[in-house]
Amino acid sequence: MEYIPNIIFTLLLIAGVGFFASNIKKMIRNIKLGKEVDRSDRKGERFAQMARIALGQSKMVRRPVAGFLHIVVYVGFVIINIEVLEIIIDGITGQHRIFAPFLGGVYDFLIATFEILAFLVLASVIVFWIRRNVMNIKRFIMGELKGWPKNDANYILYFEVVLMSLFLIMNAADLTIQQGVLAGQFTSEAALHYINAGSFPISGFIAPLFDGLGFETLHIIERTCWWLHIVGILIFLNYLYWSKHLHIMLAFPNVYFAKLTPKGQLTNMEAVTKEVKMMMDPDADPFAAPDPSEADEVPAALGANDIFDLDQVQLLNAYTCTECGRCTSECPANITGKKLSPRKIMMETRDRLEDVGAVINKEGEWKDDGKTLLNDYITPEELWACTTCNACVEACPIGIDPLSIIMEMRRYLVLENSAAPTELNVTMGNIENNGAPWPYNQMDRLNWSKE
Amino acid sequence: MSNNLVVPTAAEFIAQGKQPEVLFWVGCSGSFDDRAKKITKAFVKLLNKAGVEFAVLGAEESCSGDPAKRAGNEFLFQMQAMMNIEVLNGYGIKKIVTACPHCFNTLKNEYPELGGNYEVVHHTSFLKDLIADGKLTIEGGKFKGKKITYHDPCYLGRANDIYEAPRDLIEKLDAALIEMKRSRRNGLCCGAGGAQMFKEPEEGNKDINVERTEEAVDTGAEIIAAGCPFCNTMITDGVKAVEKEGQVEVMDVAELIASAADL
Repeated sequence: MEYIPNIIFTLLLIAGVGFFASNIKKMIRNIKLGKEVDRSDRKGERFAQMARIALGQSKMVRRPVAGFLHIVVYVGFVIINIEVLEIIIDGITGQHRIFAPFLGGVYDFLIATFEILAFLVLASVIVFWIRRNVMNIKRFIMGELKGWPKNDANYILYFEVVLMSLFLIMNAADLTIQQGVLAGQFTSEAALHYINAGSFPISGFIAPLFDGLGFETLHIIERTCWWLHIVGILIFLNYLYWSKHLHIMLAFPNVYFAKLTPKGQLTNMEAVTKEVKMMMDPDADPFAAPDPSEADEVPAALGANDIFDLDQVQLLNAYTCTECGRCTSECPANITGKKLSPRKIMMETRDRLEDVGAVINKEGEWKDDGKTLLNDYITPEELWACTTCNACVEACPIGIDPLSIIMEMRRYLVLENSAAPTELNVTMGNIENNGAPWPYNQMDRLNWSKE
Repeated sequence: MSNNLVVPTAAEFIAQGKQPEVLFWVGCSGSFDDRAKKITKAFVKLLNKAGVEFAVLGAEESCSGDPAKRAGNEFLFQMQAMMNIEVLNGYGIKKIVTACPHCFNTLKNEYPELGGNYEVVHHTSFLKDLIADGKLTIEGGKFKGKKITYHDPCYLGRANDIYEAPRDLIEKLDAALIEMKRSRRNGLCCGAGGAQMFKEPEEGNKDINVERTEEAVDTGAEIIAAGCPFCNTMITDGVKAVEKEGQVEVMDVAELIASAADL
């Protein structure tokens, strides 16, 4: 009988982690719906970039208030995980504070650190909530955040408040029991299980609330918090897949795979290069039969009409986006009231990807649902408002490139649908006919030197 | 009207059996736009003064393809690029200088994959080097203490991380360089990039160039300096829109230097 809690705990842990892993597998399957892209180059630079931007949060602090608070929550999250490791081992083995005997004074220091961090996280999260819900900060109240995205952001904050509170209440009850044992009030075997360990700079302030409670009551409070805390963590872990909060994991690979070439450099379309070279080659045989090995291949679309036409890094970008809106708040088109919002481009791409994934989950394979990313999720009006200024790319703290998606969709509009705005068709006609976007004769290009 | 600009073409160099030090890529704006032609001439005056052996392609130059590529027309872009590369490679060009950040970005970053490998320099970096090498001297007198703000062209700044060369030049004029709130990597676009120069903007509540010009005018600057012919056009229009014509001037960095030297 005494092993029942350990068994329940282990089963919960396996179920929680297992379910999460199965969802992550689906996510990876979805990302692989995109085209392969080679980012295996410049590994050293990529690791350095990941260390600086993802691990080191260097772009977060460009906005000092949000950046500082984010670092508190981030450091809190990473370091408090050491305590979660102890909780997991305790849970499986039925021990209590298993690290304490091995670490001695260091253990006290660690617990004190966790407590202080937990408190700071709590404070930061409250400020975050106020920024999001009270302060009317434009990027948090824009159209694309209505409904689920806004709720999602708040749920994450509530989760953190609950988890941190449970952690501190648990410690307070533990401390009260420890003091009771030391004072000789609690002598039962169960009470002696609570070894005298840890230093409690924050929960020490909560503990007086428990004065006068008997061991049984304290024991129930401590255990309840302990269980709710770890179950809460497992639920939160599984919540990630449905949430913008996936960035806590994906920021790292996302920054690693981010573009390293100059921001102004757009990708070269190899398929077009082949065609143009053939066109310009006077020796090319216009009636040549296609290479038999390529004869049956359906040529890939030029540009992107749907998520299948985007590359895997772009799809990873979509899952990584945490909808902070720094991109949109720097976008010149958005600032001046146009429909384009780089954040929305990323959110729509993820929504479409999830919708495609849902069809695959249900049908076992992709069956056309009559929709596409272009038009059904993202409109040409949004795409044509972009000035390609790279402000969104520069603003993203975790290396997302909304511009690359916008460009791929413009390419599809122009190359597959011939659907450029009229004035641009005129411009392109001029470039084609007289080598300038305006209707001037190419022979007059040097006239300025004589004027 | 005649002027005493010396503008040899690459063809003329070859005819004399010579090779230019550097090719000046004029670009479509620099060739045809009345405002941008002044920038072209200012830059040529400086090249002449410094005794740089440069050439232009003249009638053999064609659009770099930047607006086509950014409009999504990769086909037209690559046709333009490959034609230009054939001409440039035909003349054995190694180094190119241009006053247009759009041409600069495209030639520098997007031509190599199509067979065009050149050292491409923006005219502000080029002028900075000429001064550093003692081939050109700047007299600051004319702009001494004048309030100048500098607008970062996206395709020079964020796109290629060139923020300091134009600023260094302005500071050499002994002018008071004032920064806008959104500058360097946070610089706000003028609204012309990505082929927007050639179309009406989508529906919104303001034009981007007006938003940017207001910010520039709010610094109290008498001169808004830019390093891009498109930005120049957009902000010049912006100055008209905010009714500051005659009070605030929009000038290219090359024009500032040439004007300081009374060229």
